[in-house]
Amino acid sequence: MTIDRRKFFKSIAITSMSIIGVRASGAPKAETDEHDSEFYGILYDSSICIGCQACEKACAKAHGLPEPTDKPEKGILRKTSENQRCVINSYETSQGEVYVRNQCMHCDEPACAAACLTQAMYKTKEGPVIWRENKCMGCRYCMISCPFDVPKFEYGSTNPKIQKCDMCYDRIIEGKKPVCVETCGDALFFGTRQELLTEARRRITEIPELYLDSIYGKEVAGGTGYLYLAPVTPDELGFDKRIQDSSYPALTKSFLYSVPSVFILVPTLLLGIHEATKSKKTKDENYD
Amino acid sequence: MTSPILPISKATRNQSSWQFLMSELKPRGKWLTPFNLISIPIILAGVVLIIIRFTQGLESVSNVNQEIPWGLWKGFNVVTGVAFAGGAYVLTFIVYILKVDKFHSIVRVTVLNGFLAYLFYAGALVLDLGKPWNIFNPIIGNSFGASSVLFLVAWHFLLYIVAQLIEFSPAIAEWLGSRRAHKLLSGLTLGAVIFGITLSTLHQSGLGALFLMASQKIHPLWSNEFIPILFLVSSVFAGLSMVIFEGSISQRVFFQKISPKNHEARNNLVQSLSKICAFSMFAYLAMQFLVFIHGQHWNLLNTPMGYWFLLEMLGFVLLPMALFFYASRTSNILLSRIAAIITILGIILNRLNVSIIAFRWDAATHYIPSWMEVVVSVSIILIQIWIFRWVISRMPVLSESPRWAQHTKP
Ligand code: SF4
Ligand code: SF4
Repeated sequence: MTIDRRKFFKSIAITSMSIIGVRASGAPKAETDEHDSEFYGILYDSSICIGCQACEKACAKAHGLPEPTDKPEKGILRKTSENQRCVINSYETSQGEVYVRNQCMHCDEPACAAACLTQAMYKTKEGPVIWRENKCMGCRYCMISCPFDVPKFEYGSTNPKIQKCDMCYDRIIEGKKPVCVETCGDALFFGTRQELLTEARRRITEIPELYLDSIYGKEVAGGTGYLYLAPVTPDELGFDKRIQDSSYPALTKSFLYSVPSVFILVPTLLLGIHEATKSKKTKDENYD
Repeated sequence: MTSPILPISKATRNQSSWQFLMSELKPRGKWLTPFNLISIPIILAGVVLIIIRFTQGLESVSNVNQEIPWGLWKGFNVVTGVAFAGGAYVLTFIVYILKVDKFHSIVRVTVLNGFLAYLFYAGALVLDLGKPWNIFNPIIGNSFGASSVLFLVAWHFLLYIVAQLIEFSPAIAEWLGSRRAHKLLSGLTLGAVIFGITLSTLHQSGLGALFLMASQKIHPLWSNEFIPILFLVSSVFAGLSMVIFEGSISQRVFFQKISPKNHEARNNLVQSLSKICAFSMFAYLAMQFLVFIHGQHWNLLNTPMGYWFLLEMLGFVLLPMALFFYASRTSNILLSRIAAIITILGIILNRLNVSIIAFRWDAATHYIPSWMEVVVSVSIILIQIWIFRWVISRMPVLSESPRWAQHTKP
């Protein structure tokens, strides 16, 4: 009984604190920069990728989605969809034809998770950003917010899901690698972010003629769990140049932080004005 | 408790409370008015479409897609509609906080309008949700996305509906003839007003803040870090223009309800409201201008999107602002109303620009609402007008409160 009561009051307190914005951190799961050693991620090496689509097929099979039938083709942009969590695209670049893989980037500070009002989109402590069906209410604000346009919605369903890569989270907690990595040779490499960065630098220094000396994902959108190595710049591979290098949730910080002060300042001010106008009126005009 | 909180005195006189409610639910007056003839088929079609939406999925009625996930129901009914409902918080501020008594006669109708608007826009929101049965997740339980702007907006929305209900509740008590409840509820008004204004400043700006993380997806002329403030300031004249517009209609439709004294006063009110609109629009334009200079988008003006932006700013903000100024100078009521209508169109344009038109303006597939979405959007508004009409013709909203209730007005 007493415990229930205490629990009850605690949840009331948490609720009211959330409503007035005290608990808003502006950036979920971003307290330290220790995640490099903790967060798992995947290194994708587009200089090695041969566009065989083995990962696409394995992904479809593992998640009960239809097997993709179209092939990567230059000039045609294939997109992830509610039926496909990852795609390989082909680009004609200054270095000839280059393949590139698109899927959720598993941002260190995901916009989708900051946007989600039910924590259905969630950055796990292992690193993958996952979607939890029983929490989601289908508002699609995550789709509005994700800078990479990753979450996809099943518009045709009466019980729609959000589809996006979850880095095979259930396999990761069992200690296994994501299916795509397991299917692929060297183009996909799984490890902690720290390991990925080391591996990427090793590849760049060992075969410098294959790579541009930069790792996409190291900074973009505040750092992502997916890292890219490529022979050309990201915008030659269809990445949006407008995507900023700093964290997306930080964009809402100043708004969120101002909420608690509005809750204190505005009512006080209003009450003050109310009192001031009241005293004047009763003196001069004496209503009723 | 021997005496109930709501003694339905009017009813207990000669009928049971059930009979009273049933008789109040019956329509009054003529049935075959042009408004009814037009609105009933649309509402019926809307209801059918809503059933289809829930049995076949969103895709069957709506054109929203993977790139532009929010369509008309969110962009128009929610984002735009809330701006128009801003009149309620502005007027309650003027009447209850600043105590400018001349606006007292229109504060109730505005609060009623705001309350119904919020209720129905929440309804539009539910239609748009993929999994509406999970709507309680952010409200109870352990699924709080406390860092989400949408989480705060949703909560403030909900609390504001309650605050508005409390602000309006004395009218319900007067309708039911319940003196005790009236006294009790009137005592809550000031608290509800203060709470309501606070919530309004937060969610009016919050609706703009929703788009902060999407700033790169919106055309640079509409996206900037000041969206929340711009949304808040524009909600002032959006709401008041709606008050002027709605007033000009209800003055005709509910002519007998309004006392001659208030008829006279109304023209004077329109003039004052025009002045507030003009000044807030001036502030808004100045801010837009500063934001524009700050963003250094001169080169973008000479593009189709640039002309569109200029049209919005000059044709639908600057022009009505000038009209409002002129109208309030010359006390030209007609001109004020025209300015109000242009302003309303301008706000629709602005909110749709931010949420739909300039959103992914560069996407390969553009979003154009399907006729079915339009029908549903319109039906929602029509149902709201029906209920509005029902309340107005029964409760003391436009008409004077009963004598017994007058001295307890806060
Ligand atoms: S890429 Fe998009 S969906 Fe994936 S974690 Fe980042 S914000 Fe979320
Ligand atoms: S659609 Fe679901 S996962 Fe996405 S923001 Fe809304 S509740 Fe969260």
